[in-house]
Amino acid sequence: MPPINFNDIEVLLPLIILVIWACLLLLVDLFIPKKHKWLTALLAAFGLALTLGFTLSQLGSESNGFCATGKPSICMVVLDGFSVLVNALLLLTGLLGVALAYGYLKRMGIERGEYYTLMLFSISGMMLMAQASDLIIVFLALELLSLPLYVLSAFARSNSDSQEAGLKYFLLGAFSSGFILYGIALVYGATGSTSLSQIFEIASVGTSSLLLTIGAALILVGLGFKVAAVPFHMWTPDVYQGAPTPVTAFMTAGAKIAGFAALLRVFGSAFPNLSEDITPILWALSAATMIVGNLLAIAQTNIKRMLAYSSIAHTGYILMAFVPYGNPEVAPVSIAAGLFYLFAYTITNFGAWGVVIALEQKESKGLQISDYAGLRRKYPVLAGAMTVFMFSLIGFPPTLGMVGKFYLFRAVLSGGYTGLAIIGVVTSLVSAFYYLRVVVNMYMFAGEPKTDNEFWLRFTIAGAALVTVVFSLVPQGLFAWASRAVLKLF
Amino acid sequence: MSPELILFLVLSLVAIAAAIGMLISPNPVYSALFLVINFSTVAVFYLILGAPFIAMAQITIYAGAIMVLFLFVIMLLGAEKLAPGKVLPYQKPLAIGLAIVLMVESVYAVLARNPSDAEIIVPTEAANSIDAMRDLGIMLFSDYLLPFEVTSILLLVAMIGAIVLTKRAKGEQE
Repeated sequence: MPPINFNDIEVLLPLIILVIWACLLLLVDLFIPKKHKWLTALLAAFGLALTLGFTLSQLGSESNGFCATGKPSICMVVLDGFSVLVNALLLLTGLLGVALAYGYLKRMGIERGEYYTLMLFSISGMMLMAQASDLIIVFLALELLSLPLYVLSAFARSNSDSQEAGLKYFLLGAFSSGFILYGIALVYGATGSTSLSQIFEIASVGTSSLLLTIGAALILVGLGFKVAAVPFHMWTPDVYQGAPTPVTAFMTAGAKIAGFAALLRVFGSAFPNLSEDITPILWALSAATMIVGNLLAIAQTNIKRMLAYSSIAHTGYILMAFVPYGNPEVAPVSIAAGLFYLFAYTITNFGAWGVVIALEQKESKGLQISDYAGLRRKYPVLAGAMTVFMFSLIGFPPTLGMVGKFYLFRAVLSGGYTGLAIIGVVTSLVSAFYYLRVVVNMYMFAGEPKTDNEFWLRFTIAGAALVTVVFSLVPQGLFAWASRAVLKLF
Repeated sequence: MSPELILFLVLSLVAIAAAIGMLISPNPVYSALFLVINFSTVAVFYLILGAPFIAMAQITIYAGAIMVLFLFVIMLLGAEKLAPGKVLPYQKPLAIGLAIVLMVESVYAVLARNPSDAEIIVPTEAANSIDAMRDLGIMLFSDYLLPFEVTSILLLVAMIGAIVLTKRAKGEQE
């Protein structure tokens, strides 16, 4: 029997800790009485914080793990600056997700401890995705992050909308997994390897093979489903509307981050040679996603549905950063801008969904945009925070969204994609219409909104609003971190 | 006629009959059982072709695990008692048309085959010995250890998910 390789364990240490913690939490939760489920939430948050600590301790270290015997260049997972940054972002997402979920689950009467366990498992899948350097791991990580999300979408079992969301997400998710798997099979057929570095080496010597291109395109389709890019977005509004709101908040941020991490890993390290074929496809996907997402959001009257379309639109903006991925001069800046935008979107998004949770009442009441009328008069702080989030989603100063869009458009322009940048700016202007409608409702109209006063919810909303404004004034440090993280990839 | 050919012909007849039986049987339980027969005969084909590992995998995974799961689901849901569902009006002609196309295509593929590449590639002895299976096991626990472990976590998550979605708390309404 080969000796245990401690380097392998070190590379995956945060992930291993999180998985063990999730398993233990599942057992411990059985002994926590129904009245004290706050303890489960607290333990889950503690596990996430612990993992975050271990992740940050990996800053600066670079290594490969689970390599083939005798071939140290063919490895299953990798640890680098990019993976540390993405993992930290994912764990932050998890912490925010727990904070939003606790009060909501109790209020809606769907409080069960497995919620947090499933969330931890989903995050471990996302983290594995960010570290994957083999297509088999990419696929398994995708399943590991998706399965808990399917279940969480249907977590409010007595609510038929939630059941529908779970089933729909499961069917279409399985469908998209099929695309990815088929793509992986074709890539394996063309190159004889599933290791990303091997695929790159084999693909860069031979002539371009049609099989490889089709395989890559199928993987792109599958990942497009996961990040909800147009035209693979049809499931998004129904699932995001039907799922319990904290799950939606977690999905919109977490699944997106993981999906983009996979996109970058797979296409950045295995298929840079295919960029001639893939870049136009990415261009079209990005443009279509921005246009369709923003235009369809205008017609929505339900806030969850509106934010769902807004999430599709933001997928388009982030996809923009990936368009020049095959050009080593522009790609690092552009990808760093994409990562920064993901951070900005995550914070703003959680804040906005937090406000939605605060106003949501039982039986899906309080979810119309008109229900926000009069919020300023009764709850000025909440209305102020929501205004900040809406401005940030538009890209209006002084918010993180504005800084993110600035970096993004600058990178895209320097890559020579002027048309895409113009589409981005115009669709942002269009988006102002529906985001500002929420603000107008809160400030101009009279109404009697009811809100929830749970501490952690308030804490998350206030924190997110604060970060959105403060970090927009000092964004350089974070952007520099993101730039350093991706520099090694190209 | 060599005994191998006789065996092959008998098995093919059984496999085809089982497949037809699965399709036309009105009772889903019988359909599932017919499919088990079909899977088992196909497993014997693999044995004749000299691939014992795939044969065993076929029996344990398909005929064993998956079909038993099917049977469980059919019986638990009481699907055999369901009235036959609505049939799409164009389903029958479409199915017959596609079946004829498939038939013609396969007959053509057999007849038009280039005689020079008619040989079936039989796996080498080494690929089917016990050594190969041991190597497979070693690969699974060395180079592919991580995917193997992640799969186990995946199965655990699927199990938790299924229980979360179906188990009712005390006093909860259907």
